[in-house]
Parts: sequence; structure tokens; C-alpha cells
Amino acid sequence: MTERRFAEVSRESVRLMAEGAGVELGDDVAALLAEDVCYRLREATQSSSQFMRHAKRRKLTVEDFNRALRWSNVEAICGYGAQDALPFRSVKEGELFFVEDRDVNLVELALATNIPKGCAETMVRVNVSYLDGKGNLEPQGTVPTAVQSLSDDLLKYYQQITRAILGEDPHLMKVALLDLQSNSKIAALLPYFVYVISGVKSVSHDLEQLNRLMHMVKSLVQNPYLYLGSYVRSLVSSVMYCILEPLAASINPLNDHWTLRDYAALLLSHIFWTHGDLVSGLYHQILLSLQKVLSDPVRPLCSHYGAVVGLHALGWKAVERVLFPHLPAYWANLQAVLDDYSVSNAQVKADGHKVYGAILVAVERLLKMKALSLSQSAEGQSGAHPGSVVGAVSYRVNSPGLSPPPEPLSEAALGIASHLQVGGAGCHWEEWTPVPLPAMYCELYSFFGDSLAVRFSTGTGFGTHSPCTPSQLGDSRKEPPGPASNLDTTRKMPQLTANLNISPRQDGSPRTDPPPPSLSGPGSRSRSSSSCSRQRSAGLSREVFPKARFTSPQTTPPAFSFLIGGRQMGQRCQGRRPFQTMFATTPPVSAIPPRTYAHKLPVIGRVGKPVRRWTCSHYSLHLPL
Amino acid sequence: MIALTGKNQSYVLVLYGLCFPLIHVAHAQFILKMAAVQGGMGDADIKTDIKTEPSADGFGNNNANDGRVLSASPGSSSSTGSNKQTAAVTPEDQQTLLAVLQFLKKNKLSESVEILRREAGLPENSLDPKANESAGAGSGGAAGIVDLEGGDASSLLSRVTGSSSAGAQAPTKGTFICGGKKDQPDVSVVLSAYSQQGDPTLYKVYYRDLKKFIETVLDCHRAELSQVFYPLFVHMYLELVYNNHESEAKAFFEKFSGDQECYYEEDLRILSGLTKKEHMRGNETLLDFRTSKFVLRISRDSYQLLKRHLQERQNNQIWNIIQEHLYIDIFDGMPRSKSQIDAMSGSLAGEAKREANKTKVYYGLLKEPEIELPLDDEDEEAENEEGKPKKKKPKKDSVGSKSKKQDPNAPSQNRIPLPELKDSDKLDKIMYMKEATKRIRLGPDNLPSVCFYTFLNAYQGLTAVDLTDDSSLIAGGFADSTVRVWSVTPKKLRKVKSAADLNLIDKESDDVLERIMDEKTASESKIMYGHSGPVYGISFSPDRNYLLSSSEDGTVRLWSLLTFTCLVAYKGHNYPVWDTQFSPYGYYFVSGGHDRVARLWATDHYQPLRIFSGHLADITCTRFHPNSNYVATGSSDRTIRLWDVLSGNCVRIFTGHKGPIHSLAFSPNGKFLASGATDGRVLLWDIGHGLMVGELKGHTDTIYSLRFSRDGEILASGSMDNTVRLWDAMKAFDDLETDDFTAATGHIHLQDNSQELLLGTYTTKSTPVIHLHFTRRNLLLAAGAFNP
Repeated sequence: MTERRFAEVSRESVRLMAEGAGVELGDDVAALLAEDVCYRLREATQSSSQFMRHAKRRKLTVEDFNRALRWSNVEAICGYGAQDALPFRSVKEGELFFVEDRDVNLVELALATNIPKGCAETMVRVNVSYLDGKGNLEPQGTVPTAVQSLSDDLLKYYQQITRAILGEDPHLMKVALLDLQSNSKIAALLPYFVYVISGVKSVSHDLEQLNRLMHMVKSLVQNPYLYLGSYVRSLVSSVMYCILEPLAASINPLNDHWTLRDYAALLLSHIFWTHGDLVSGLYHQILLSLQKVLSDPVRPLCSHYGAVVGLHALGWKAVERVLFPHLPAYWANLQAVLDDYSVSNAQVKADGHKVYGAILVAVERLLKMKALSLSQSAEGQSGAHPGSVVGAVSYRVNSPGLSPPPEPLSEAALGIASHLQVGGAGCHWEEWTPVPLPAMYCELYSFFGDSLAVRFSTGTGFGTHSPCTPSQLGDSRKEPPGPASNLDTTRKMPQLTANLNISPRQDGSPRTDPPPPSLSGPGSRSRSSSSCSRQRSAGLSREVFPKARFTSPQTTPPAFSFLIGGRQMGQRCQGRRPFQTMFATTPPVSAIPPRTYAHKLPVIGRVGKPVRRWTCSHYSLHLPL
Repeated sequence: MIALTGKNQSYVLVLYGLCFPLIHVAHAQFILKMAAVQGGMGDADIKTDIKTEPSADGFGNNNANDGRVLSASPGSSSSTGSNKQTAAVTPEDQQTLLAVLQFLKKNKLSESVEILRREAGLPENSLDPKANESAGAGSGGAAGIVDLEGGDASSLLSRVTGSSSAGAQAPTKGTFICGGKKDQPDVSVVLSAYSQQGDPTLYKVYYRDLKKFIETVLDCHRAELSQVFYPLFVHMYLELVYNNHESEAKAFFEKFSGDQECYYEEDLRILSGLTKKEHMRGNETLLDFRTSKFVLRISRDSYQLLKRHLQERQNNQIWNIIQEHLYIDIFDGMPRSKSQIDAMSGSLAGEAKREANKTKVYYGLLKEPEIELPLDDEDEEAENEEGKPKKKKPKKDSVGSKSKKQDPNAPSQNRIPLPELKDSDKLDKIMYMKEATKRIRLGPDNLPSVCFYTFLNAYQGLTAVDLTDDSSLIAGGFADSTVRVWSVTPKKLRKVKSAADLNLIDKESDDVLERIMDEKTASESKIMYGHSGPVYGISFSPDRNYLLSSSEDGTVRLWSLLTFTCLVAYKGHNYPVWDTQFSPYGYYFVSGGHDRVARLWATDHYQPLRIFSGHLADITCTRFHPNSNYVATGSSDRTIRLWDVLSGNCVRIFTGHKGPIHSLAFSPNGKFLASGATDGRVLLWDIGHGLMVGELKGHTDTIYSLRFSRDGEILASGSMDNTVRLWDAMKAFDDLETDDFTAATGHIHLQDNSQELLLGTYTTKSTPVIHLHFTRRNLLLAAGAFNP
């Protein structure tokens, strides 16, 4: 043998391997085999380099080699796909070389507490490298990867921030949160922050800490430089924890965990509207888990409260979809709690009132929004009646569900609709059919009676599905109409007030817009109103949808009317379906038994205390920062 | 088979008209295979069929023998067998015809048999086994040593196809298919040509003898004759290996491999690994070498010198090799210099024959459709009323006059049927014209700004990038089989609404195109899943509604950028598809891959419209000519070919690169082509004359992207060496036009002026540049993945 041009497999190796397989080889056979193996290896290497070149790499990977093998119909080699070089070791005595292959302790791996370094998302970044062919303006930016080990600065930043947020000094916390909200260089820290936030479970006794963590979530979500990617899921689950769990902190009635839940619910909706596209099916998962909590009678009332405010925050469609169908069943339980006047039940009863209030707020908006969306769709027909054109127009302006984008909620509402139709994650969703507004109102009225601030007339006017304005005495007493008084009452049930003001001929007050899911309440409010006015000025004669979305109400004659009164509990508990079919077959539901429950709960509905609390808590969101 | 005579072509055309009207008549082997598929039978069936016919063997050998006799004495006509009456047809072609006939007969296509026979003027009994038996018997001896396995397995068909394909191409890959089983007969036939016996120890002597001779000839001839060394060396080595003279082969290799030109290093390395007869079976490089004749251009004087020398010395061994495996393109005139030769050589199969580049190429641009520029456009800056029309009118006229002048070199407008312009296309054209008026005029003193799109966190997985013509979208193909699209403008990517939601839309409204989009799906990037292997090629359609991607999994996929879903998977390549590109007018696209074949597709056909076959190794990159009538392909065989979309013919072969070609770019006026290869050089080609016109040296690694600026003044090249270089294309082409063309001979004098032409070198931190793009205003965009 003169000169070795290539690495060669020796005949000894071949013989050893053959022995390993239980075959004895002669010298000549081994030599032949060895040479052939060398040749085949070289051939495979050559063709694998082609894959490397086309992948525009300089480094030949195991994958390249495997591809070459696969295309020449040779079995690929598994287990060496790692990008890193494999450590190669030798044993002196046996002149043996091998790739080190350590045992992996799966249990240890699974229980390890350190966060595995995630893979950062692939992204494109642009920078002007050379202007007019001269000079390098800015060096190529640093690469924000999670894989990169953290620089000292980042580490220090991380420690400072977490210490500030979880520490005692409220001022420091505020500064830290503000920075977290605007810092553009903390992408690498995102997994760490997410990890910290996932610690909510361990501090469920400390309301203050929970609050701070939620604020941290908010800051992260609002940071425009952060790409949350799959971390959205983790954040959502932390937030959901705060909304739904019977926190240890809630054992003490003095703790205002309600505020936390409200805040978390708003946060949830904010995350969803702004980052929901990052995780597919997120909406469904959220809805399902809320539904699960709501339908579980064993859960404490504060969990139910969380589910209700969560649904409310996700928008009226979520309420219609989940809360409304569950209401009859849930009502029975709630009723039982509220009816128990014993002293031992006082605390639970107070909680029950909370839930009642939350539900009331949710369904109020549901009714209002649904009416709006119907008036929107009714517009198609009304185009034919010149008389009602004006009214229709003014409604369209206000209908957030269908007007084109600018406002976040409107696109969200569309999004929900499409989501639900397309998604269908659980079998629950398949059978869902929208309940026509009259039936819905009728049913809700049977629960809440006059507590419902939204009123529909029973007359023929209802046929066009515009919420009319027979402002009932009780309501007007409760909510003095007029913008001036509204200002005073801070946004105490703004939707109720606004709704009362709606009449076909009035121009739509911006107040009709529901609170947008953005956390910055006042700002977006003004935005939405300005967008409304912009639209109005732009001229609005175009019909958006010629066809109505919900056609059934139109086809049924305006024979719908209802009696003031509730219905028997037993009947209600049968669920929605029989009621619905009954409504369909005998349009005039004349045989509704006298209302009983609404009468029994005059205080709750009328005074609107729970609602006031809700608005207060809503407002409280803006306090910390 | 490029050398097919006109007459022959018509024979095959008959066949071709019968079965597959759209496929270019590459050569008979290909047709047979296709026909076999059409007839519902696999290749294996044909083989067994023929194997059972004992007489076929002798017949085949007879013909092969004919070929050998002929080539040994050039000029003499065939005198053996029963083929005298078709002396006009070369024996090889006749073999092909006979094989075709036999195949047709087998498949009971008697009508076609008749037609073909009539056309070819073959006698009735030409297919009669008995008539040929006696002729075959005489050459039985030769057949004995032909094959390793299966004794008489060197069947007629495979033998015929094997030798008939010698002229040009090996269209289907055998080597990758289950150990070459499919192509075994082919290979053995190919290899059997090496079975001549000669004293193995004399090979060295022969070679040394020739070497000595060439070293002693006059300087002007030496360079030319030195070209013979490499092909001779390889063939002699292979002969030694084939005849089991392993040690002699090794010694031969060691002694003379050092003499070969450095640019053959890669091939020599592969060759040196090959030491056993068994290895030759299924080795692509070898097959390529054998099936294609190595083309040399030698002046008549030099050739006479060589011929005289070999005849004097009775050096038959070498003479035989030259006759059989080399194609010597003899020209009258001055012998070429060493540098001239070096510039053109380097490809796997030598240079291109001169007549291969003689076809007329319509390289001119198509007339642009006349689109009225809207006069009262709101976007335009407010100008005073009087100034407005004045300013607009001349602009419009200039556009009109430009398009009215028909370029004499342009193909006729409807040479290739092109899709009609949609309204949106017209709008885009208007946008384009508007942008063009704001275009920066580039030049040596006015270099473009460079923007770099860096792909972060790609983990070495970015394999292809493309940008839309209006630079609004960027797409990346990744090794993890995904295709990702990013919007590089603030406008986010949105999907179309679902069918149910679309029903609710007012279809009459003006902004219906806006309304169909689902606002909820807006995001900066979209990922598209579908491929099952790395995505090596990617291309946006001109109207930005579609995206093409080609992958290792052998498919080309068409994606909709409205729904972000896969619309079609074009199957046909069966092997990794290295590149694909949309035609500049949309609708058509071209793809090329490991199967050495480029295919032309139309988006609404699931089968290719044209198959461009001829490259001897993988097709690595594909580009459409700006007028959409031609397609250029670069290959690992180190050649570039230009194909006519209309006829499917290869109209240009450019040789000169010393490594696989990885990037191609047409100049905006369609006259020139630039190519970049792993050797780090950019070569410039004049398409009309079929000449190399420039060489740009500077890069130190593979050039993965080339792009001309919109006006064609500047050529930008991006490379693996983390640089973008700008070259003065104007000057490179101008110098040439003042130079008097040696078009007749095709011999160019390249001056080494790379340094003068290099206008700038821009380095990235650690990002190989794999895509370049000039925006409509001539801002240079580059893209690549950051490799820390």
C-alpha cells in the first residue's frame, strides 16, 4: 500500500463487525468487503455534499448524509441528527474509538426545574447596510435568541426588574413595569419572565403578589418589541389561573380577590385580541375551560364569578355562546344560595350576589349587542322602506359588530363568529344555534325581571328589532339619562345608559360602544367615538350586507309578546331546547307563568350594587399605573 | 441527440406525434422509456421480452460492431449486415430506428411500424430475426466478453439505447434507483466498450509517448493538443480498471494525475476512489463520461499533427479512444492560446460544439402592452394646471414610442402564448412605470444603497429566498420543509375569509377585494406546511398571488398567497428538485433537479409541457429569459444551457465554469447572461453570439445569487463568502461591443479586468448572501441567514 488518499476501513474492522454479527470471514473476503465499504462511503459522502451545497451551508450534517443514503435506497442512520458535533472518544487499551452515548435519566429530565432553552422564532430583520454604496451605517444588530446565553447586563436587568416588581416599593414597581412595557431588547429574557409569571400557583395566598404578576403580564403583552409566540399559551394559563382558581387568598373575605379576577379577565381578553393569532384554537380552549368551571357546581362561587367575568371580557358572543345556554341550569344553584337567609350562609350569599351582578352585566351587554347586530342586519330589509332608512343608517354607524375595522372590538367580533363556525373543537359547539333575540330576552327577563336595563317593547315595533325607548320609570329613575349625568357616574353601566338613549332617529352616541377590550379604557373610548364620527361624515349609504345574518326573526311575524313574569323552576331546568322549540311552534308565548324570582330579588337587580362594584373594579384597573 | 440529422428527426417525429406531442425529441432512449410507460409496461418488461428472443442479441452486437468498424475508419461507409440500402442514415441512427420499430411491433402498433418503416426506407425484413442471424453470428466473439451478469443480457434495446444516447444525454437517473438495477444493462453496455484488450503495462508507455510528443511540438500547437490529455487519461484509467488491472490502474493514476489541469481536481478525486470494476457500475460520473463524447476544439493543423503522430507510431490504443470517446471539433485558422482554451474548458464533457451555438436566438424583449397612464392621478404631487399635461404627455409618448419600435431580435409577440393581462396586472404595470420614473440611475459613481434582510434564528436551515418584484413580500424556504412568507411592508398578510363568510359579502362593492380578506388573520408572517423535505427553490408569481417551492421530496408546490394553502403539487421529477422559477409573465414555470432534466410547466397542467433533457448532471438553477421564450439552466456538469421554450431544443451551451453553477441572471435587455458557480467566478455571456464575454473574479466562495440592476448598469453578486460585490456591467458589455467579434470562430480573448470592473465589495458580519434583488427604484436588497 503506497499512499492513503482516503480514510479507509481496515479489514480487521470488517472482521470484527462480522464477528459481532456472528459470521466468520476469511481474510480475502474481509479485504474485499473493506474496500467496497470504503468506496460506498465515499460515494455517499460525495452525493451528500450536494445536499449541503443546495442547503447553502458549509457544514456537512448527518441529515445531508442520511438524505444521500435514502436516495440511494440505503437505510438512514438514526440518532445522530443533532446539530452539535458528537464527542468522539477512544479507549487506549482496546484501540477502540466510539461516539459517547450517555444514559439519559428521563425522570430527572422530566422533573428538572431549570427552564430548557427554547428555540427562538425565525424572523426577518432589515437594516440599511450601505447608503449609496458607502460606509456601513450601523452594524448588523445583535441577534435576540433565547438560545444565546444571557449577557451579564441582561441578567442584571432581569434581577432588578423581578425584584422591583415583586418588591415592596410601589414606585419602583411602576417604573419597572413601564420599562418592561417599552424595552426593546429583552426578547432573550421573555422565557424567564414567563417562567416567573407561571409562579402564580405558588403565591395564590398572596393577593398583592398575584396582582403584581398580572401587571407584569400586562407589561409584557403590551411591549411592542416582544414576539410572544408560543409563550402566549403559558401566559394565558397563568392569567386563567387567577381568574378561575379558588385562590387561597379568597378564603379571607376581607381580601378583594374580585378585583384581581376582574383585572385578569380583562387581561385575558386583551391577550386574546392582540395575540390570539399566535396560537391556533386558543379561543376555543379558553371558552371550554370557562364553560367547564361554570358548569361545575362543586366549584366555589368565586370561580364561577371568574368564569362569568372572563366570558364577559371575551365579548358578547362568548356570553351568548357559553353563559346563556348554561344560565337555566346555573340559575337553580344560584337561586338556592341567594334564598338561604341563614347567618352561616351570609358570606356565601354575598358571593352569590357578586356572581349575580356579574351575570347581569354580562347578559345586559349581550342583549344590547345582539340587538345592535340585529338592527344592523335588519338594515338590509329596511333599505326597502324609505321611512326607516334614517334609523337604519344611524344604527349601522353604531353597530360595532359589522362596521369595518378601525375599532379593535369590531374585528374581534367578526373573528369570533368565524372562529366558532370553523373551529368546532368540541362536540358542544356543533349543536349550538343562535337563539333569536326575542326568545333570549324573554328568557333572561324571566330571570332578572326589571333588573334588566335593556328593554324591548312588546309592540309591533319590535318586528324591526330595534331596541325601543320606552324608558321605563324604574330605569330612568335608576339611570338619569343624559350625557352630563353620565360623566358624573363615571362609567357606571355606560352601556345601559347609552342604550336607553338609542332611538332610530337619534344619532348614535359613541357611548353605545361597549368597553373595548383594550386595557387603556379612556383612550380607546375616545378613539372609537372619533372613528364613529369619521364614519358618519364619510357618508354611509352603502349597505354592508344585503342579507340579514339572523333571518328567523324577520320571517316570524311580529307576534311576539311576553308577559311580565318568570317561569317555573322545573320548567326552566329542562334547558334551552324545549323552550326554544316551544317558542317556535307557538309563537305567542302567552302562557308564561307569573314572574316569581325577579320579585324576590328586588334589591339586587334594582339598586345595581353589583354593577357598581363591577364598574368600580373595572375602574380600579387604571389605578396602579 | 443533438447531432440528429434533419431527416432522422422527422422519423422520430412520427412516433412523437403519435404518443406525446409536447415532449421534445431528446433521443430514442428517452422516447422508448416514455412509450413503455404509455403502453402500460415497465422497463423491466421490455427487457425480459427481448431477452427471450435469442436472435436479438446477435443482431444487436452486429450493429454495435458496425459502429466500431466505422469509427475506426472515419469516412468509410457501412458494409456489413442488411443495412446497405440506408447508407445515408448513420448506423447509430439506424440502430435507434430498428429498436423503435421492434418496440412498436412488440406493442402491436403495426400502423406506426408501417409509417415509420416507410419514412425510414427500411426493408420489410429489417426486423426479421432470421435475416440478421447470419450477420450476427460473425461477431459472436465480441459478445462473449461483453457482460458480467446474464451473459446475453446485453439486449438489443439496451445496447441500442446505450450507444445511441452517446451523443448527448442520459435522461433518467439509474444510479439512484435500487442499486442501479434498472439501468444495469445500460451500464454494462456502456462499460463493455472498455473491454478491448491491450497490454495493460503498455498504457503507461502509450501515454508517456504521447505526452513526450506533445511537449515537443511547436508552442502554438502544444496548448491545443494538451486538451487531449485529460479525456485520454480518464478513459485509459477506466479501461484499466474495467479490465481488472487494478494495480496498473493505480500506478497509471499516480503517475499522470498530477499533469491534469487543476480544474479537474474534483473529478479526479472521484475517479481515484474508483478502483474496481464493480464500482463502475452505477457510478454517475463514469456514466456521464462514457455516454457523452468529450468535445474538444482543435485547429486543423494541430489535429493533423496529432493524427500523423499516432498513425506513425501505430498507437492504436489511443487512436481508438480518440475515435470512440472524443469528439474533435476541427476548425480552420489559428490555433488557440492556452488562456483561450482554459477559459472555455472545464465542463464535464469538454467544450460545446460550435454548431450547438449557431441557432438563432430571439433575445429581444417583447413589446409591452400599451397602458394609458392615468393623467389625473391623485397620487402625483400637485402641480399647476398648465404644467401638468405638458409634463405627462412626453412621458406617455416615450412609453408609447418605445413599445412601438419592434426589436429586430425579439421573438414575435405570440411565439409563446402568454396569459392575458388582468386588470390588476395593468394596475401593477402602472405602479411599475410610476416607480420607474423615480428610479435612481446607477453607475460607477452612483452606487446603490444596500439593505440587508437578515434571517435570524434560522438555525442553518434557510435554503432559499425570494422577493416579489415590488419588494413587498419576502419568502424563505427552510430545511425543515416549511415555506414562510413575511410582509416587509406595514401591510400585514391576511387570508381570504371562509366560504361561509364570503357569501355574506356584497360582491358589487368597489372594495370587494378588501372585503374578502379576513382581518382577524392579519399577521406579519405565515408558515406553509406541505413539503416533506428541505425547500431548495422558491419563486413568487409576478402577480404576487402564488408562490412556487421545490423541494427535496421531488415535488414542486404551488401555494396561494390569498389562502396560504397549497394548491397543486407537481410531481414528475421524482428526485430532489433544486430550483424553480416563474416566468416573468406568470403562468409558466420551470423546474430542474437531480434527475438532470428541466421541465416546463403551466400552472394549470399537472404534467410538464416541455422536458429539457441534455445536461449530464444535476440541474442546479433555472432562470427564465425576460421575454419568456427561453429558459437557462445551470448544472453540476459545469455547463449552462439555453433552451427554446417553443421547440424544447437546446439552443446554447456555455462552457467555462470550473464548478457547479449555482446562480444565473439575465440582463434586463435580454442580451446577456451572467452565471456564478462554486468556483467563485462570475462569467458573462452574449446570448446572441453564443460567446463568453467576460469573467469577473473576486469572490472566494460559491456565488449563490446574481442580479442586474433595473437598467442593467450594475451587476450584483452575492456569495457564501459573506460579501456582496458590485460590478460595472455597462463597461463589461461596452468593451465588448467595441471589440471586433470573432463570432465565426467563437474564440474570445478575455482581458483580465476584473479589478477595473469591481465597483464595490460589501461585507456582512456573518451572513452568506443567498439572494439579491433590485427594487423598482434600484435599491439593492440582499438576504441571507445569520450564521453565528
